[in-house]
Amino acid sequence: MSALSPSVAGLRAAFGDAIGRALVACGDTVVVLDRARVHDVLRWLRDEPGQGFDYLVDITAVEYRDPERPLEVVWNLRALARRADLRLKVELDPAGPLEVPTCTDLWKGADWLEREVWDMFGIRFAGHPDLRRILMWETYAEGHPLRKDFPLRGHFSRAEQVRQALGTSMEGHYALPSDLDVEEYA
Amino acid sequence: MSTRTVELELATPSVDALGRPVRAPLRARPRIGHGHYDEDFGAEQMLVNIGPQHPATHGVLRLLVELEGEVVRRVVPHIGYLHSGFEKLGEYRHYNQLIPLTDRTDYLAPMSNNVCLALAAEKLLGIEVTERCAVLRVIACEMSRIISHLVWLGTTGIDLGAFTPFLWAFQERERIYDLQEAWTGARLTTSVTRVGGMMADVPEGWERGLRDFCRGFPRTLDEIDRMFTRNAIWCGRTQGVGAIPAAEAVNYSLSGPMLRASGVAYDVRRDRPYLGYETYDFDIPVGEHGDIYDRYLVRLEEMRQSTRILEQALDRLERLRGAPLNVSDPRLILPPKSRAMSDMEAMIFHFKQVMEGVKPPAGEAYVGIENPKGELGYYLVSDGTAKPVRWRIRPPSFINLAALPRLCEGALLSDVIAINASVDIVMGEIDR
Repeated sequence: MSALSPSVAGLRAAFGDAIGRALVACGDTVVVLDRARVHDVLRWLRDEPGQGFDYLVDITAVEYRDPERPLEVVWNLRALARRADLRLKVELDPAGPLEVPTCTDLWKGADWLEREVWDMFGIRFAGHPDLRRILMWETYAEGHPLRKDFPLRGHFSRAEQVRQALGTSMEGHYALPSDLDVEEYA
Repeated sequence: MSTRTVELELATPSVDALGRPVRAPLRARPRIGHGHYDEDFGAEQMLVNIGPQHPATHGVLRLLVELEGEVVRRVVPHIGYLHSGFEKLGEYRHYNQLIPLTDRTDYLAPMSNNVCLALAAEKLLGIEVTERCAVLRVIACEMSRIISHLVWLGTTGIDLGAFTPFLWAFQERERIYDLQEAWTGARLTTSVTRVGGMMADVPEGWERGLRDFCRGFPRTLDEIDRMFTRNAIWCGRTQGVGAIPAAEAVNYSLSGPMLRASGVAYDVRRDRPYLGYETYDFDIPVGEHGDIYDRYLVRLEEMRQSTRILEQALDRLERLRGAPLNVSDPRLILPPKSRAMSDMEAMIFHFKQVMEGVKPPAGEAYVGIENPKGELGYYLVSDGTAKPVRWRIRPPSFINLAALPRLCEGALLSDVIAINASVDIVMGEIDR
């Protein structure tokens, strides 16, 4: 139950120093990676015959209440045929650039998940083809709601929120893919 | 040549000489590429807005559809209208206080959301629930699957012009809602689980009501089956429409009936068993074409299988009559009210639990369960306090909906409605 996934040894053999600590949390293996190698690791896990992590369960991020602790981006992978799961993490310094490489080229399903992490945490996914906000509207000016420095009721007062909501143009709310030109249809 | 004329060839051959249903060939609706010229509509490019307020978008979903003639070039979904910040709010709530929030995410299957949250918190705490509790939770999950699929079936039928099965489906759903109400006191906001147990046991004689339902429900399913499965209009509107092959379904992270309709036999209940699902006897229906029709068949069969599971669970419940429902840990489960009012110790535990909440050790746990719409995952991160640092909801219909632009490529505008219905979305969960 509490044994490390055998994939960890494979990862260490293939990527050496890029693989940080690995631990077992409630029965699931968690591996911390070097940010620069995330994409290579994900591709290797997906394509390497013995691994076969072909299914992306989820992408999310975690920020701890302790301001000293780094932000984490979390990938949950699954090998459907082997019924095995693996959780990967990258730690980001909140003061540094919040950016990790995209994996939309590996999994199409990553598209909206990465957009949500960007929207909620302000973590950019370099190379994402269409990194717009997804749950909040594009002109939303209060920041990224799931960050711990974001108050539960938002940064702005209720009066300011109402003023902004009434003042914006409706179409300003909707960001469109960069190659879709609404004017063309006007 | 218009595609509509090809489609009419489907009218009769859906039953063979022996009366068995025959699948219409997939070529019934050829995929049409860009630049297709339609005599009626020409090849003019248009931008059509559907929603956010539209009955066929199943909630507040806005679809911007780029058309060439009648053929869809691209769909751009806009979501977030129902965003309530549940994940943020969860960071300010005790674990048991998250349960009412889960009701409101996938509000078509509230009880199975409750179960998932309790399971995730229990995994963090490292506790096992009692056997009776596990059986009741299985009942809660399967009742949820049936009502959720019934709403799907009814509303999808309406989207495609069939009104009668909608009434049949909602009538059966009402019977489950009555049972839900008798058990939890609420029809929609059930909040039926607690960390370490259940909010309440089922009332006296309740099992009889569920047994009656299990007896009558398959008959309704047969009627729906007769109405839809060999119906030429239904086949024509659904077969070969919105199809996605297995490899792509996996690549898009689809789950639940959406994944299984494409031929990938992954069901969390069998492949990652929880609540003792491995000890129940049930089948997992798997489609092969990944089109709307197969999704329909998969969901229809899942309701039959859920009824089977419910019957087995009722037998076990009878055997476990009088067995303890909750774990016997006063730090997790509230003492009976009478003891809290008469016994000092019990009152202290009551007070501590209400004021301080359950405190799991620092750590993290991911629990995925087979919700009606796909794999619902709750990822809880704890720093040892009574409130989670992070409560991530892996929303199955959010991830399934992300594949909508791909499913609609090259389809006709009217198919967009059918395809969107077939994804089985619930906006409360997508927007959270």
